[in-house]
Amino acid sequence: MKQKSIVLISFGYFEKELLEQVAHDIEQEFALPTLTREGHLDLSDFYDTARRQYNGNSLLKLIDSQFGSGTHKTLALFNIDLYIPILTYIFGQAYLNGQTGIASAYRLRNEHYGLTPNEALLKDRFKKEMIHELGHAFGLIHCHNTRCVMRSSTYVEDIDQKSHRLCENCRNEIARTTQQKR
Amino acid sequence: MARKVSILIVDDEDSVRDSLYNWFIEDGYRVESAEDAKKALSILETEEFDIVLADIKMPGMDGLEMLKRIKAIRKDSIVIIMTAFATVNTAVQALKDGAYDYVTKPFDPDDLSHLIRNASKQILLSEENEKLKEKVVSLENMEDLVGQSEAMQQVLREIESVSQSNASVIITGESGTGKELVARAIHTNSPRRFFPMVCVHCGALSESLLESELFGHEKGAFTGAVYNRKGRFEMADSGTIFLDEIATISAKMQVELLRVLESRSFVRVGGHKEITSDFRVICATNRNLKQMVDSGEFREDLYYRLNVVNITVPPLRERTDDIPLLVNHFIKKFCVAMNKPLVTIDNAALKVLEEYSFPGNIRELENMIERAIVVGNGKKISVKDLPVTEGVAGNTFESLTDLEKNHITQILNKYSWNISAAAKALQVDRVTLYNKIKKYDLKPAK
Repeated sequence: MKQKSIVLISFGYFEKELLEQVAHDIEQEFALPTLTREGHLDLSDFYDTARRQYNGNSLLKLIDSQFGSGTHKTLALFNIDLYIPILTYIFGQAYLNGQTGIASAYRLRNEHYGLTPNEALLKDRFKKEMIHELGHAFGLIHCHNTRCVMRSSTYVEDIDQKSHRLCENCRNEIARTTQQKR
Repeated sequence: MARKVSILIVDDEDSVRDSLYNWFIEDGYRVESAEDAKKALSILETEEFDIVLADIKMPGMDGLEMLKRIKAIRKDSIVIIMTAFATVNTAVQALKDGAYDYVTKPFDPDDLSHLIRNASKQILLSEENEKLKEKVVSLENMEDLVGQSEAMQQVLREIESVSQSNASVIITGESGTGKELVARAIHTNSPRRFFPMVCVHCGALSESLLESELFGHEKGAFTGAVYNRKGRFEMADSGTIFLDEIATISAKMQVELLRVLESRSFVRVGGHKEITSDFRVICATNRNLKQMVDSGEFREDLYYRLNVVNITVPPLRERTDDIPLLVNHFIKKFCVAMNKPLVTIDNAALKVLEEYSFPGNIRELENMIERAIVVGNGKKISVKDLPVTEGVAGNTFESLTDLEKNHITQILNKYSWNISAAAKALQVDRVTLYNKIKKYDLKPAK
């Protein structure tokens, strides 16, 4: 089914200006109307007391079951420390070629690494992370192009190295898969 | 473009399998998962995976036992062992048993990426290395041994397996099948490749001349021996000596040859000093040496000394599938040599070639293509450029032997029994022509 829109649902506090700016950039990248809205969830069910982190797998499953739709891609935004059982942390994750994804700003903050807070850098990183996870939802795998937003980033410094744009190959890949689905 | 590296995840926990599966899929790997060692081993029986990422603690068979079994099936597999509780002992044991690495759960995302990236790099590099090795062999030594047919592939495999040894080789096959090329390929792939390969066409030399050629002579050994001369065995020191038409050597030379092969030493004609030489012998013949041994024409002890390895080169009529490849090969070879633009061959001409019996084998085909390029229109080889139809049609002889005998006689008479000129016209080498003259007992008309 053809995607008609992208929906960003914020769980927790995010500046309106940030969300509007990101929504605009996402519209540019995926050429789809992008809406923002607030959501509310009791996150205590996802909290692992031993790891003091939130289980990204369970959270993504819930988001997919409650907000997944055949007509739009949904990205849930958080401000919590996410993990999956096998990894010490994640910035976000999405179902490959699925309907939903999650992204968190928690580990993107400079202060998390003992550095001076930098709001502009945080916004830039979060924007890239959101576009990256949406890229997975659109079926894109990691890209080897160093400037492409789909390049794998395991450290925040990796995120800083890439742009927030999809490279031509990734853009073509989305166009090709969209064409096939029609 | 590099191929997708494949990963098999083996872990009894669903959440671990799912997490790793999603992580690797997003990284562009081909991924499968199994919940226990038994299932993993059954998957590995039918499918190959580059990397196996296995948990150490699983119900039934544990990761270390599975590692041993995987290594027994495929020694070069990359197996990474995962554990929630690392102990030095288990880590050491895993590495001793051949694990590529040993990692503790949960991983740092960056560590996991690096680990898999490095393992993938190792796999792709080793594959590239293998491909390059094959390429080097084919580029250096096999360019004239063209053929995709099973018969020819078998010959190539035999060349490969015999090259590294020092064993004597007899190459059998009809005239023109490329026996010398096979010998050269064996030599240039062997550790002796940096030393000479010395060829002796035994059939073209009389007994005394052959003796002098093989062993050399001292000044004054016979009339005309003005200088000392090194023999071919001496020249082949550290290299290979190729004795073509070995079946034609006389009984006396067979004894001499046997002695040299046993002692690796000889004396020059007219000399006294014992000379030693370290050579490898490769012989070729179009005769059935075993039959000659049975009929007493060839010494049995020499036969067994020479026949350590036997490679039979198939005649062209038994590998007609290779004709299009060979035609293209020769077109390219001659067009480049003659500095002409590449020509093509039309389907009718190719069909004629495929149906022709090629008594002269590849040499005949090679000469035909060379001739067709010279006489053709410079664009496309057609039936009229090939001498095949004229040669096959229009004869009144019933047997091929009669036809051959008559044709050779005609050509010899035409060139006043000038062997070189007649051989050139017949598109065979002089040795073959001499053999045919001997076989049919041909004599110049008085």
